Amino acid sequence: MAILTLTINGEHVSGKDDESLLDIARQHDVHIPTLCHLDGLSDVGACRLCLVEVEGQSKLFPACTTKPQEGMVIRTDTERLKKYRRTIIELLASEGNHQCAVCVVNNHCELQNLAYDVDLQYVRFPYLYPKKELDATHEDFVIDRNRCVLCTRCVRVCHEVEGAHTWDIAGRGIDCTIIADMNQPWGTSASCTSCGKCVRVCPTGALFEKGQTVAEMEKQRDFLKYIVHARQKREWVAEQIEEE
Amino acid sequence: MKPRVATVWLGGCSGCHMSFLDMDERLIELADKIELVYSPIADVKQFPMNVDVALVEGAVSNNENEELAHLIRRNAKFVLSFGDCATTGNVTAMRNQFSPDEIIHRAYVELAEADPTIPSEFMTIAKLLPQAKPLHEVIPVDGFLHGCPPTPDQIWFAVSELLAGRTPVLPNAYLRYG
Amino acid sequence: MTLEDLNELAEKELERQKNFKNRLLYCSAAGCVSCGSNATRDAFKKSLKEKGLDKEVEVLGTGCMGLCGEGPLVKVGSDDTLYQRVDENAAARIVDEHLLNANKVAENLINPDDPFFASQMKIVLENCGKINAESIEEYIAAGGYQALAKALTEMSQDEVIDEVRKSGLRGRGGAGYPTGLKWGIVRKAKGDQKYVICNADEGDPGAFMDRSVLEGDPHRILEGMALAGYAVGASQGYIYVRAEYPMAIERLKLAIKHAERLGLLGNRIFESQFNFRIDLRIGAGAFVCGEETALIRSIEGRRGRPRPRPPYPSEKGLFGAPTLLNNVETYANIAPIINRGSAWFASIGTPKSTGTKVFALAGKIKNTGLIEVPMGIPLRKIIFDIGGGTPEGTEFKAAQTGGPSGGCIPNDHLDIPVDYESLATVGSIMGSGGMIVMDSESRMVDVAKYFMEFCADESCGKCVPCRVGTKHIYLLLDKISNGKATQDDIALLEELCVMVKETSLCGLGQSAPNPVLSTLRFFRHEYEELLKPALHFEQSEKSR
Repeated sequence: MAILTLTINGEHVSGKDDESLLDIARQHDVHIPTLCHLDGLSDVGACRLCLVEVEGQSKLFPACTTKPQEGMVIRTDTERLKKYRRTIIELLASEGNHQCAVCVVNNHCELQNLAYDVDLQYVRFPYLYPKKELDATHEDFVIDRNRCVLCTRCVRVCHEVEGAHTWDIAGRGIDCTIIADMNQPWGTSASCTSCGKCVRVCPTGALFEKGQTVAEMEKQRDFLKYIVHARQKREWVAEQIEEE
Repeated sequence: MKPRVATVWLGGCSGCHMSFLDMDERLIELADKIELVYSPIADVKQFPMNVDVALVEGAVSNNENEELAHLIRRNAKFVLSFGDCATTGNVTAMRNQFSPDEIIHRAYVELAEADPTIPSEFMTIAKLLPQAKPLHEVIPVDGFLHGCPPTPDQIWFAVSELLAGRTPVLPNAYLRYG
Repeated sequence: MTLEDLNELAEKELERQKNFKNRLLYCSAAGCVSCGSNATRDAFKKSLKEKGLDKEVEVLGTGCMGLCGEGPLVKVGSDDTLYQRVDENAAARIVDEHLLNANKVAENLINPDDPFFASQMKIVLENCGKINAESIEEYIAAGGYQALAKALTEMSQDEVIDEVRKSGLRGRGGAGYPTGLKWGIVRKAKGDQKYVICNADEGDPGAFMDRSVLEGDPHRILEGMALAGYAVGASQGYIYVRAEYPMAIERLKLAIKHAERLGLLGNRIFESQFNFRIDLRIGAGAFVCGEETALIRSIEGRRGRPRPRPPYPSEKGLFGAPTLLNNVETYANIAPIINRGSAWFASIGTPKSTGTKVFALAGKIKNTGLIEVPMGIPLRKIIFDIGGGTPEGTEFKAAQTGGPSGGCIPNDHLDIPVDYESLATVGSIMGSGGMIVMDSESRMVDVAKYFMEFCADESCGKCVPCRVGTKHIYLLLDKISNGKATQDDIALLEELCVMVKETSLCGLGQSAPNPVLSTLRFFRHEYEELLKPALHFEQSEKSR
């Protein structure tokens, strides 16, 4: 491991060579919006919100999966990036059926917050109003695919942390959808352990607990950090991490 | 001459209008400054000419909404999408997963407590469009007021700006969906 | 197997061929089979038997002969006469008149001086149409596996890589990355196990170069891969071939079996320390699996979704091991380079784009088919000399290279040399070799719409810009094509195209907007002619 020096938005910062640009930016209070990224899960670079500009490169790089290099000069907040981020949120909003007013996570929703973050006044693309399935067959939880943004956090937490691999993706392109086991009702899944991790990591109201109504559900996602830390370091230090 | 203001109720629950009324005593101040030429709370049948500002609540859901929307665009200088249904389709657009026939059947037959009948064309109900759409997908819109419903403060801010002759650029703090 | 054994096999095969007075070669590639070349074969055999010629004349199926639009194609071996549209009746006549009486059948004759043949240069396709695609002996008799023998007995790994590097060969999959450089990186990458993969997931609409090579000369690919395996230090190769190519799959299976039987694949090849095996992996019909990281995941048995690079497959590829991934046509060039030397190869084409390129000519063009030309040839020559121009009564409008990832090249750029850099200057790409010709009757908005529908359908759905962006680009194009759009929609279309291009995760999304951007660049008026008259609201101008 080596310490590298790089420049983010004109400020000289340092970071370790095994961290991502996103890690380093956050350590230095540089805000980069993210959606598919979640601390404790592997990064897939899918939502494209964290794209940054690297000096001397024409391509844009996802901060979550890009490693730093000595002397790298990075910009995270150019007009071009802001415009692209707003377009990504527009695309996400048009793709699903997001009715905040009747959603269980209204006011606690990452997609909603991102819309505010990028100052989304309206969506320039026609809403697609897809017909998506809601599955309430599980005893405790519901998946409403109308609100799914296909970040695959549920797929990853189920595979990487819980080890059950109940969730996966079926279909392709705009028809992609999250499925349980062999595309069967969630309640009939033999692999699901009902641990609820997927529900807690879901950024929107696509996965929620039964018995909660509009705007009632607030998701605590910190648990993941503690679990991953405990696994890797063999110690349970939730409180200490909190203090850090 | 006072600015001529219209408020319109398309495919929505009228919650945005309720919120408008929740401006309370500020309404008295407003009444002095504007001439309300068309509104669900005013008994005017025809959307008038030469409107300065139109606040349009609700999604464009049936052929009457559609016709009215085009009329509003022709007659009003400034059209404001008023609330989430006008801006995003919101709850009104939840029916878009079903065909108009399915919806009519559900409403007038399946859920009818007595005498399940689909209204005939002689009865005056407007024809559902295949999909309910946000206002800006039907006509060009000049501004947006978000929320389900927008808060009285948001509405007051937007209306005040308009009356001062400015295009309301809502501060990010006022941006809220749901 | 030693070099002597190989030479002996070659001589034996040539002896065998001499036993026949003549050979009737019919094209047995998918194009000609689909228009009846199997019936032609049967008619030949029946007719030869009737005339008592069946012991003297050998009938054999070869790879693609090029002029696919005029199939079934047949060649008479003794004098290289080429016939077109040979149905059962024509087959009988060829036996009667040509073989028995030495009178060529004028009706079906193809003029050998036709510029279609004269302007071509065949390296990749040199065996296609000449040898029996299902016989390893014929491949060996045509000089096959000599390059592998030479490399394994006379050359070091680095010498092989050096030779490829000096040849100037660049990846024929489309991007044009220098092949020798890639090989060098895999060679240097640390790892006990390394892999060699052949990308035969040819998915561009209208492209069939790789299919023709696989069907017509499968051993060429095996030899190229074995050479690559030796050079980079890999012992296992995979050919990822799409399920839509059943004939290619059958011939590859057969070729692998034959090569293994003769010890040309397996352990201690040519009695060296080099072991190499090749297995097939069949793609299930996803275009995105032609993208290297998605292809690798698919071979691993997982969902074919691309991942961000770096790390590149050359460092971390199949099962996390350093992996060399090249296209079919790239591997097909390796044996000739080793046999004839890098200087020979580098002398063909242009200094930066050496060698030849195979193109599949399709669309509004007289000669539909498979061609191979030296790099740097003017596009005009391909379209008008080789292709014969557009059908009667229409005018050439544009040629699309690179399929759904490429762009169109209009009339005023017809003299552009066909090489990697020149094509990029007009906003297109070399691509894998699809070339679709459009004439004055083609509507460019519909062309763009067709390609965008393809890309939206083939998007894997992982990243947002490609998953949703391509859908909205398609919807905007549909709106324009239906006359319901305004100037604002064109502006939005252009903005979205640039955004999808710059923000998508993999090559599919990054290149999907190219056909739209390129038709907008050269045929903007066709978009604008389709706009509906602007609405005249007082506010409409400033409001949007």
